[in-house]
Formats: sequence, C-alpha cells, structure tokens
Amino acid sequence: MTRYITKALADIRSNRFLNLITIVTISLSILVVSLFLLFFENANRLIEGWNQGGRAMIYLEPTFSQEMLPDVKARIRGLGEVEEMRFIPKSQALEKLKDEMGSHTGFFDTLQHNPLPHALEIRMKTQGDYAQVAAFAKKIAALEMVESVEYGQGWLARFLKIFTLFRITGYAMCGLFLLIALFITANTVRLAFYSRRLEIEIMRLVGATEGFIKTPFYVEGLIQGFLGGILGLLILMAAFLAISSGISGNLSAYVYLDIRFLAIKTMGLIILASTFLGWFGCYLSLKQILK
Amino acid sequence: MNNDEYIHMNLDSSKNSIIRLFNVTKRYGAKIALNNVSVDIQPGEFIFISGPSGAGKSTLLKVLYLAEKVSEGQILINGMNLARISVSKLPLLRRRFGMVFQDFKLIPSRTVFENVALVLEVAGEKPSYIRKKVMHVLRTTGMDKKANALPPTLSGGEQQRVAVARAVVGDPDIILADEPTGSLDHASARLVLDFLMAYHKKGATILVASHNLHLLESMVRGRNIVLEQGQLVKTSTML
Ligand SMILES: Nc1ncnc2c1ncn2[C@@H]1O[C@H](COP(=O)(O)OP(=O)(O)OP(=O)(O)O)[C@@H](O)[C@H]1O
Ligand SMILES: [Mg+2]
Repeated sequence: MTRYITKALADIRSNRFLNLITIVTISLSILVVSLFLLFFENANRLIEGWNQGGRAMIYLEPTFSQEMLPDVKARIRGLGEVEEMRFIPKSQALEKLKDEMGSHTGFFDTLQHNPLPHALEIRMKTQGDYAQVAAFAKKIAALEMVESVEYGQGWLARFLKIFTLFRITGYAMCGLFLLIALFITANTVRLAFYSRRLEIEIMRLVGATEGFIKTPFYVEGLIQGFLGGILGLLILMAAFLAISSGISGNLSAYVYLDIRFLAIKTMGLIILASTFLGWFGCYLSLKQILK
Repeated sequence: MNNDEYIHMNLDSSKNSIIRLFNVTKRYGAKIALNNVSVDIQPGEFIFISGPSGAGKSTLLKVLYLAEKVSEGQILINGMNLARISVSKLPLLRRRFGMVFQDFKLIPSRTVFENVALVLEVAGEKPSYIRKKVMHVLRTTGMDKKANALPPTLSGGEQQRVAVARAVVGDPDIILADEPTGSLDHASARLVLDFLMAYHKKGATILVASHNLHLLESMVRGRNIVLEQGQLVKTSTML
C-alpha cells in the first residue's frame, strides 16, 4: 500500500499542473460547502437558543386545581413529543416574581390573592423545527384546562421561513459546487489515463490485472480529494479567524454572539466527503473509459 | 514400431504440446495476415519463425498472447483454448509468456529498472525479491549500469537488451521474441541469441521471429518455420 502511495505521489508530482488545478478546484468547492455548513451550524445554535431549546410554558385555567394535575399531565404526555414536564404552582411563580422584582415587593403585599395562573413547563423532543413546535403547541392549547401556550416568538416564525429558503439555496449551491468538483476530478483522471495509455497497454501486455492498473488512479483520486478537503478547510479557517476577531471586537459590545468554527465532527465529515469525491470522480471516469 | 504404438506416440505428443494452432486465420479487414496455419510445438522446443517482411511473423506471435484475436481456427496453450479465456484470466495467461516486442514497448517515463521490474510487480512479487532478480537479469544482459536511465536516452541496441531482460525476468515457460536482434550488430545479436539459448537449456519454449537468416546459421538445434504471405510454406528441423 505504501508503494502505491509513494507511486501516486510521484505521479501527482510529475503531473503537477493538472493535479494542482484539481486539488484547488476541490478545495474551492469544499470551501463553499463548508462555508454554508459553518453558517448553518451557527444559525441553528442561535435559533435553538431563541427557541429555548424547545421549551414552552403551558398556562392553566383559573378553575384548575391541583387534584387535576395527574390527569392534565397524562393528557399532555398522551400527545407524545414531550421530553420533560415540570409543574410550577402559582405560589412558586409568585415567589419567583417577587424575587425578580426585588425592591418593589411592597406592591405584592397589597394583593388580596395570587393573580398568577398555575403553569406547566415542558421541553419538547423536537427543538429545531419551528413548524413542528407550533403545531404541537396548538394541540396542547386545545386541551381542556389549558388557557394558553407560550413558546418562541412570533418573529421567529418569519425569520425561520426566510432561513429555510436560504438553507435550500445553500444546499443547491453545495450540490452544484460538488458536482463541478466531481466533474473536474473525473476529467483529470481521464486526461491522466490517456496520457498514460502506452504505459497501460504495456502493463496489460505483461500481465497486469485491471485492478493493478486502476489502483494508482484511485489512490491519486483519494489523495487529491483528501488534500482538497484539507486545503478548503484551512482557507475557511483562516478567513474565519481573520473575520471573527474583527466582528467580536466591534459587535460584542452590543449583542452577545456566540459564533464558533465548525465542530470537529463536521470537519471530519467534510474531509471524508471530499476524499470520497476524489474516489468517486475516479470511479466514474474509469468506468466510462474501460467499458 | 507397429501401428498401434505409432498412434499412441502421436496422441501422446499432441497431448503434451505446449502450443497448438489449428487452421488459424487472421484477417485485418480484407488483408489476410495468417492463412490457415497449423503448428504443434512441444515444450522445450526452439522455434525460429522466418519469412519476408509482412509474412505474418509478428501476427503469429500476437495471436498467441491474445494481443490479437484469431479470425478463424483455434489455439491451445497447454491444452487451454484461448477462445475460452475470460478477461479475468487473461493476465495469468500473459504472465506465462515472456515477450520481446518488435517495437520494444518500453515505458519511456520509467527507468530501465522499473520497466523490467514491472513484470514482477504485476505478478505480486516482494520488493526485495524484485530488486535482486531485476539487477541480476540486467547484469547478465549488460544493462546494469543503465538501470536508472530512461529508455529514450538509450541506443536502439540497448533498448533491445532491456526488452530481452524484461522478457526473461519472470522465468516464463514460453518466450516470444519478435526480431530480438533487429537493432543489434552481429556480435550483440549473437549475445542475445546465446542468452535466449541459455533459457532454452533451462527448459523454456522459445519462439523467435526474424527475417535475419544469418541468425539461422549460428543456431543450434531447433525448428525453422517459414511463413510467406501468411501461409506456412516450410518446416525444417536443424540439428
Ligand atoms: N494492425 C494491423 N492492421 C492492419 N493490417 C495489419 C496490422 N498488423 C499487421 N497487418 C498486416 O498483416 C501483415 C502481416 O504483418 P506482420 O506484422 O505479422 O508481418 P511480419 O512478418 O512481422 O513483418 P516484419 O518482418 O516486417 O515485421 C502485413 O501485411 C501487415 O500490413
Ligand atoms: Mg514483425
């Protein structure tokens, strides 16, 4: 195997220009793709934050009394999708409110009775998908003894619509760029194959199997994909570091923005995908040439 | 010898044939390169294929290692019908042959060493063995000092010796040599021929195609097959 790799590296070196172009093309495609992924990863985290991790407050009717609690809980659970549920009696809610108001507690002393409703705090299994959260909230609101359900914010829905549109465009762009990279890789393999036609004919004549002939091309494709992926991520990382230090310097005074680079797992997936791309381009090309 | 014994001997010899051609015809379009050729070659024979240019000598060798398919007729190698060989078995067949091509067919971008080593690499030999074996063969052909040279920087004669080295490095049981002395002066030609003779002595079956009849004179024991316009016109045994 090491023999194949050294040979492939030698071949890449001897065909420097073509291979460099291929690696750069792959890295640019990977750059575009990982740029989108970077954006989506951060946006998802932000949205999740705004969404309070799929948390919702269920306010109960004034006629609700504690004995009904097991029944109400059971019915909410019956709708599924509930990860966690916690009852907040109105007395506790008032205490909390008092704590938060601090110096204005005098106001609460004038109250004849607790005006706050009993509430249930739940966390849903679905966290990212706003439409699902909304649908589920509607179902809960329709239950007996439930007065209202509060979740997320109204503007979030509109934002998410735009975001979804953006995401679809992003996927399309990623697909397009990956296709271009695939095409260029396949083409490089084809050119390399034809430039080594004599060599391949001779190899066949002295008894080389098709596998022996194809392997160097596959190794080359894998190496190209791998290097292209690494290069693309490095470019993105450099750009990220340069820009994010500027942003956090200027904006952090106004808003709290938690922008992070791609997760290690995502980076691993990107490099894996890019390596696969090199292999797949090679596969398509050889399949077409050798049919 | 009675008749029964004669038949028995005949059957026996054909069963042991390493190469058999039955009415082999090869056409290139309308051009007939081989015309109804039947030959029976025993293991360990030294066959000399002669005839004028265009007689079909190279074609005869090419159909043996399936560089070309026959148009009609059949070829058996060790009793194995070439027409029935699958694509996946073809490399195994070719590894049994050592070939010296008329146009050498050396890879210009690979060194002399790498060109010769290729035969052993495709057969999956170990690098340490390859190194030893290739250098040995290059020494015996007098090309060891050029092991790291690229073929285009060599003279025609040197390239031919590399081609011969590559043909024998895998210790094939059949060596097919197409004009192996074509680019060599008389003395070098003798050397190459002696070299092939040494492999013949070790038991290899050798087919040499050449229109250089001088070679015949210096040849020891063998069979001369004469082709003319694709037809086998004469077979003679030299002792
Ligand atoms: N690929 C081909 N396509 C068409 N015709 C061919 C092809 N190969 C050989 N021929 C023809 O077949 C005939 C036999 O060719 P071959 O190469 O076997 O001759 P040869 O005996 O080896 O000649 P030489 O001594 O010049 O090498 C020639 O007339 C040649 O023109
Ligand atoms: Mg010829």
